Amino acid sequence: MRRNILDSEYTVCHYTTVIQWKMLKYSLNLTGIRVTKVAMGDSSKSTSTSRSDRSTHAAKPTFAMSSDNVSISTDFSPELRGRPKAVAKVLRDSKEEPQLLPKESVQDMAKDVTYICPYIGALRGTLTVTNYRLFFKCMDREPAFVLDLPLGVVSRVEKIGGASSRGEVSYGLACKDIRNLRFAHKQMEDSLRKSIFEILMKCAFPVSNGLTIFAFEYGQVYPENGWKVYDAQAEYKRQGLPNESWRITKVNDHYELCDTYPSTLVVPVNIPDEELKRVAAFRAKGRIPVLSWIHPESQATVIRCSQPMVGVNGKRSKDDEKYLQTIMDANAQSHKLFIFDARPSVNAAANKMKGGGYESEDAYQNAELVFLDIHNIHVMRESLRKLKEVVYPNIEESHWFSNLESTHWLEHIKLILAGALRIADKVESGKTSVVVHCSDGWDRTAQLASLAMVMLDGHYRTIRGFQVLLEKEWLSFGHRFQLRIGHGDKNHTDADRSPVFLQFIDCVWQMTRQFPAAFEFNEYFLITILDHLYSCLFGTFMCNSEQQRVKEELPKKTVSLWAYINSQPEEFTNPLYVNYSNHVLFPVVSMRHLELWVGYYIRWNPRMRPQEPVHQRYKELLAKRAELQKRVEELQREVTNRSASSSSERAGSPTRSITPVQTFV
Amino acid sequence: MFDGRVLLKQVILLFWPLISTWVQGAEKIDSCQLQVLEMLSSLGSAGGKSAKPSFVSYVTPEEIKSEKEPSRKEKHPDLLPGEVVFCSASTVLKYTQDDLSQRGVFGVLLCTNFRVSFVSDEEPTEEMLFKNKLYGENDIPLSCVDNIYGDKRKLITGGLVKNKYPSKMIIHCKDLRVFQFSLSFSKEEDAKKIFQGIVHHCLEPKSLRCLFAFSYCENTSYPGSYTVENTSYPGSYSYCREHLVSRLPQYFIVPKNVSDEDLTKYQGKGLPVCVGFYLSLAHNHLYSVKTEDLSDTLPTVQDILLSYNKFKQFFLIDNTTEFWMSDMKWFSSLDNCGWLDIIRQCLQKAVEVVESLEKENTNVLIMEEGGSDLCCVVSSLVQLMLDPYYRTLLGFQSLVQKEWVAGGHAFLDRSNHLHLKDKVESPVFLLFLECVWQLQQQHGPAFQFSETYLTVLSDSVHVPVFTTFLFNNDGHRDSLLRAESPHTQRSPLNCPTVWDWSVQFDCKAQDLFTNPLYTEKPKQDTSVRKSYRPRHLRQLSLPSSAFKTPPKKGFFKDEADNLKKILGVKRLSRWMLSPSSDSPQTSSSVREFYEAWQTKPLDYHGLLLPCLDGPSIRVWMQRYLRWIHDVQILGGGPVAMLSKVSEILGEVQELQRQLDRHGCTLTSNHKGARPRAKTAAAVIAARSSVRLSSSFPFVTSRNWAFKPAIPTSLLQSLMVTGMPGNLADREDDGGPESLV
Repeated sequence: MRRNILDSEYTVCHYTTVIQWKMLKYSLNLTGIRVTKVAMGDSSKSTSTSRSDRSTHAAKPTFAMSSDNVSISTDFSPELRGRPKAVAKVLRDSKEEPQLLPKESVQDMAKDVTYICPYIGALRGTLTVTNYRLFFKCMDREPAFVLDLPLGVVSRVEKIGGASSRGEVSYGLACKDIRNLRFAHKQMEDSLRKSIFEILMKCAFPVSNGLTIFAFEYGQVYPENGWKVYDAQAEYKRQGLPNESWRITKVNDHYELCDTYPSTLVVPVNIPDEELKRVAAFRAKGRIPVLSWIHPESQATVIRCSQPMVGVNGKRSKDDEKYLQTIMDANAQSHKLFIFDARPSVNAAANKMKGGGYESEDAYQNAELVFLDIHNIHVMRESLRKLKEVVYPNIEESHWFSNLESTHWLEHIKLILAGALRIADKVESGKTSVVVHCSDGWDRTAQLASLAMVMLDGHYRTIRGFQVLLEKEWLSFGHRFQLRIGHGDKNHTDADRSPVFLQFIDCVWQMTRQFPAAFEFNEYFLITILDHLYSCLFGTFMCNSEQQRVKEELPKKTVSLWAYINSQPEEFTNPLYVNYSNHVLFPVVSMRHLELWVGYYIRWNPRMRPQEPVHQRYKELLAKRAELQKRVEELQREVTNRSASSSSERAGSPTRSITPVQTFV
Repeated sequence: MFDGRVLLKQVILLFWPLISTWVQGAEKIDSCQLQVLEMLSSLGSAGGKSAKPSFVSYVTPEEIKSEKEPSRKEKHPDLLPGEVVFCSASTVLKYTQDDLSQRGVFGVLLCTNFRVSFVSDEEPTEEMLFKNKLYGENDIPLSCVDNIYGDKRKLITGGLVKNKYPSKMIIHCKDLRVFQFSLSFSKEEDAKKIFQGIVHHCLEPKSLRCLFAFSYCENTSYPGSYTVENTSYPGSYSYCREHLVSRLPQYFIVPKNVSDEDLTKYQGKGLPVCVGFYLSLAHNHLYSVKTEDLSDTLPTVQDILLSYNKFKQFFLIDNTTEFWMSDMKWFSSLDNCGWLDIIRQCLQKAVEVVESLEKENTNVLIMEEGGSDLCCVVSSLVQLMLDPYYRTLLGFQSLVQKEWVAGGHAFLDRSNHLHLKDKVESPVFLLFLECVWQLQQQHGPAFQFSETYLTVLSDSVHVPVFTTFLFNNDGHRDSLLRAESPHTQRSPLNCPTVWDWSVQFDCKAQDLFTNPLYTEKPKQDTSVRKSYRPRHLRQLSLPSSAFKTPPKKGFFKDEADNLKKILGVKRLSRWMLSPSSDSPQTSSSVREFYEAWQTKPLDYHGLLLPCLDGPSIRVWMQRYLRWIHDVQILGGGPVAMLSKVSEILGEVQELQRQLDRHGCTLTSNHKGARPRAKTAAAVIAARSSVRLSSSFPFVTSRNWAFKPAIPTSLLQSLMVTGMPGNLADREDDGGPESLV
């Protein structure tokens, strides 16, 4: 709420000049609206910076708080940068229209639309639909009520009932980000004219209607090309690869071995490409076991793949058996190999009917098979649906915990974390290599491998390292984002949709809760990633595989989310981050320590919003430290200037050694 | 004459200043036109009388002193002054709690008049950072023993023991530790003696003077300046030695226009006492009073006990497998025991009272049968929410002193140190601390004290060294302490209060009681203070038994007139809304009040309200999970954050010093980040926070392998039943053909 007050001030402030802002503040004071202390602090910050800096500032709120409350930020405005003329335009029509992104165009606008807010009640205002967003503004309230959401989050639009007695038609919007919106407007007298909701239905589902997704039009230029964040070769080099046991193969350069795998793969040195092809024949969708991560000391590895094509007859493959044996041998520390099958054993067995299955311990000597009991995408989807029922719009107080338990959501989170923990434990404590797979190796396998890597490797807990992790384990290894999210697709009942990636981010959040100082990024970083998972503004989460991304020329035609995030890392930095080197995190996977991520799932409920972000105070401290540091350095320079010139070099250094500056990657 | 029972139904009239610091002297009170009453009472000794024990321990400390422990001098803990060993047994095996393999350490088990103590045969390990000076990690103060179990987890009750003793003894402590001892390796005679000794001293009824505090105080030259009165009231009250009724503090405040004769009418009926007001009142006439009978809306002390007993079972873990089994049903078990719901109800009631005071400017009369359980909870919570002073260490201490100790909360009966059958045991004070913890969780920087402080305070209730929590009321305390005094001139026995933390912890450990993120009040506010908006705030508490008239008709009758007269009020109204009695849901009014408050900018030195929605009320992890090995987050938990904050604070201070050295002070006084002189920085920085765990500072991770706890019952975990289309069996790639 408090955050919103701030945001609303931003919305006004960053379009105006410094002086205007001051006057505005003054007038706000006159009208009895209190300008908060924090707002004051921030205002001084924004007044002292140049205009371009301020737009960086303003870009902060994206649409995180575009919710049902007194006021929300209108400014999704990274595009403000370098577009001074937009300022004037926005000033003129900031009344009812949103401020548009480059290439964003208003498709329709309707006055006297009622938004039925579950927290405030009915609000009358103007609804605008562009090719990117839905924008509703109610001027009756002070400050104005604004609802601003990218169309990408809309999963379904439906007309509710017929015309009511007052001649109003009502529409419901189910959103992917755990909320539902309800609008109503007067029945059209002119039946030939399309209702705004028909326009909305067209724009919200561009793929189904033969239109282009907005990400392909959005042409914002950022200082950094986010598509360059991940370079497979560089990442493997960081891990010390290739080495005497592992090589980088080009066999999948044209996605011929496996069309859902990346072009760069790491495989054992003494398995030639020809053999890889025979192994591919025995693995579902050709997803052969490849290296994801190698322990810098013990050389134990995390290997991912898909299920073996064992079938009802218990087929075997000498090549596959030899391959796994080679993987085991590559690690001199252990004479064992753990195969983690993410599925419940029943499901793994049932897969034999379809030609799949799991490795029998007879065929794979020295291998131990463990089932991790994680359920499939359909169970997860159902669980999230129930969770939404429990948390939106209001929480039933008396049976909160029972209701939460009945969704099984946290139980699933627990199982995924427990699985990743077992993998990390085997690699770290047991110094044993592990093979992880589920059925196809792109959902549960991605969750487990990437979580284990977050536990094992501190690099993935940095802002950039986490981006690399997502690019590598999720995007390049073919988690099917397009299918799981259904970008721009109106078929909301599609059985391929599932919150697999959301679960992963939730697990990471649970870990940040348990280890508040071990992650360089903050909660807002994770929420931003999830918001842009659906927004269709950036190309990052488009398509299903690396091959498709290359074919669609995504890096050329779209902007990467990382370009946006890395343009303002201070927004996403955890002020408490302590960089422990080689520190393995073992989270506690007891329900006692798991909790529902209120900041994401219940963020639309104004009552659940923190009044002041917790990190605010840490930031204040850091700012204070920086300020003092500067003063000390200045003074020291002065002192040294006055005294003999010989010691000038040493003067600056002691402070620096005492107080390492907060590092932004 | 009253007897003690009748006194329980007295109405109290207390009138302490809500912001005690404002009371600079008696003249200020005069200026507020309030009388400080010194009431003579013939009942002064009633408290002492009622404490006459019905059961007496068969050994008194005096007797024990004579029978000396002959042989086992080499193996016993460092005894405290006045501590005497009753019995002991060697070669007792103490199981290491989290281990199923029956491994453990051998040592001597002793029972003294203070504690049950286990002294390991092995060399003592590394000194604990957060060491309690009174008892170590293998000591259990007698009052801290909750339950004792024998073989096959059979609950041992006092009377049943004859000549038998179990081979395995499990002790559950009130601070949630669990000890498991095997007696099968000791000599039969010793084992029998130690078992019976422990059971006798921990479970059977005993007399108050058998509590360790008395023999401790007699044997320590405790500095007299630490008597309760001196530390607890920052204001300068002088205390008279007589009482109106023994349950009331010696001094209390009533409106000016009430004469002492009026008050005497209330003898036996009860007397309303104002517990708080704002001195800036311009008008001292109150227009209306709302009454709130807590007995109608909040759970009874029995309910509280029942719920807590269920709740604590989740944390008294003696078996890892069971722990992980119960993990799956954790959330619904939480709901079923209702403990969090009771916390929510108390907080909600307090918010309702705050709302009336703050928004409607009415006075609130809190009533309750007895008037010293939930009244204490609610009224102290209200003051905590309204007044930033009570969120400081000193302020919180005086809040507890005035609302609980002086307010007549029957600590002795509620913690049932004496194991008397006719007393109602109930963790009411703990409930209050739980509520405070919730507030603190939600508004961290507003509190000067830390979570650790609250946890330690909750433990200290069960340490029978401090007189703070040992008595039922002030009169009881005074008469007993005087009676027990060895000096003939009848100066009361000098006993430490719990607030003298140096008795338990050294300075370094005490640093952990302060919250490094506490926002101190900005300096300039002292001037603002004077023009503080005159809030018309009063808060009253009294037991409801004075108004046992049928609530529908003739409510208050005669009493109403008297009450009006006493309070100088023109109108008395029944509590308007009590929908909470019908449903536990937050009433819409409270909801709106909270939302309206939430839209205002947050002021850590102003009104604080708790969010009461489901996810906001949490389990006090530090207190409840600290001893459970499997849920320790190694290298994580709040301490990871704390150590980083302390580090930054340390740097800020260091830089400030450097600046000062350069003869320059910062012109701008940074608003929030005024570094505290004392931080936990030094303590924590000494050890790498990677090695600290979430149970810091209570358990050090030294004896634990750095290995994760892997849930053991994963297989039985998920019962996905009743799903449409049997989702669990479906293949990941949707589509009908892929149904297995």
